[in-house]
Amino acid sequence: MSTKKNTVFSDPLITNNPITRQVLGICSALAVTVKVDSAIVMALALTFVLTMSNTIISMLRKKIPSNIRIIVQLTIIATLVIMADQLLKAFLFDISKQLSVFVGLIITNCIVMGRAEAFAMQNIPKNSLLDGLGNGIGYGAVLIIVSIIRELLGSGSIMNISIFPVSMYVGEGGWYVNNGLMLLAPGAFIVLGLLIWIQRTITNYTEE
Amino acid sequence: MSKKTNPFFFIGILTITSSLLLSLAATQLKSYQDYNVDVDKKKNVLKCIGVDVSVLSSETIINEYNTRISEIITDKDGNSIETVRFSDLILKENKMTGESIFTYEGKNYLPIFSSSVPEATIIPISGKGLWSTLFGYFALESDFNTVKGITFYQHRETPGLGGEVDKFWFQNNFVGKKIKDDDGNLVSIQVVKGKSGDNIHGVDGISGATITSRGVSDFLLRDLKRYTAFFNKQIDRINK
Repeated sequence: MSTKKNTVFSDPLITNNPITRQVLGICSALAVTVKVDSAIVMALALTFVLTMSNTIISMLRKKIPSNIRIIVQLTIIATLVIMADQLLKAFLFDISKQLSVFVGLIITNCIVMGRAEAFAMQNIPKNSLLDGLGNGIGYGAVLIIVSIIRELLGSGSIMNISIFPVSMYVGEGGWYVNNGLMLLAPGAFIVLGLLIWIQRTITNYTEE
Repeated sequence: MSKKTNPFFFIGILTITSSLLLSLAATQLKSYQDYNVDVDKKKNVLKCIGVDVSVLSSETIINEYNTRISEIITDKDGNSIETVRFSDLILKENKMTGESIFTYEGKNYLPIFSSSVPEATIIPISGKGLWSTLFGYFALESDFNTVKGITFYQHRETPGLGGEVDKFWFQNNFVGKKIKDDDGNLVSIQVVKGKSGDNIHGVDGISGATITSRGVSDFLLRDLKRYTAFFNKQIDRINK
């Protein structure tokens, strides 16, 4: 049992990562990875919602009538997301301003619905909690890696701290220009595509 | 497998529970949220006149605001109205243009912030960018011509592109620029493409954010026009 629990948590971190393996939740991965700090808060918010929704849905799984299960899942997820958004607005106002619409968009994140439907509906609350935590962290890790690459190449900074010396830039007598493509959605697609390639080469996974 | 519950019964219970939870959260957190919004607005008014607000606590911001800023309300002709208070005004957004309309009992008013140290007049500005309405403040020095500063406290533009309006380099661009030409006509400030050089009515644009930049130019001019009557009255008073 203990080995199973371990894989429930660690599987989604690398081998079965929701983004690079299952290619879920791409929409928000594109939207919030322009800056590292927003990616971190988004990762935390999603991990919170995913863990809670997985646990609650798993606790109710025997009671949920199967013909309306999607509606039930959505209601629970939406409630949690609005709660998270309200809490951010009350206690972390500056960060909630930065994330603006993206917190609300967790409702439509495929990972949350996907894990609820694929895992929490069949498994006990304890494992569902671990599965939610694992998937949240797996998603967050990819988000943060992508955002580091995008912010570094796109804005020349990480966590809003400039990395490259000012004298390196064209305007100041240097040769370097920030890559504007990295700030746009295509930049995220390219970085994400490369990550998926690397990850699949390492884990030797091929799509049938 | 235990017997499944009646769907209508189940969804009824679930809906009631979640709406109770949400209304509880909304009412309990409302005072915190309103306080944050209020502090944030005051913070941006202060930032607009060049106060470094990043290091100040919420309490200090409110104190600083109360000592430095006096709130004035005028009608559209620039006459100050004593009977209406700032907190009475209700902000309505014109959904087409993003213009802020301040109303009280069916009448429109214009709110103005007057700062004593440093001497400056601050007006609220708002308008459409690419995705969203930008809300901010714009401060003029006592000659009602030289720009003291600009800030944005709410918008949903793309981070790294239109979102650069938040950044120091963009806002600092405006400081010292003039809103009137040599004949005293209002020309406002244009966000130009690329570098503005020594253009005193233009600021450096944001590359990749043409529509946001154009939006800022447009609504800045429109909002300055709304306040021209008040500015002229103040200038007349100084000259007398």
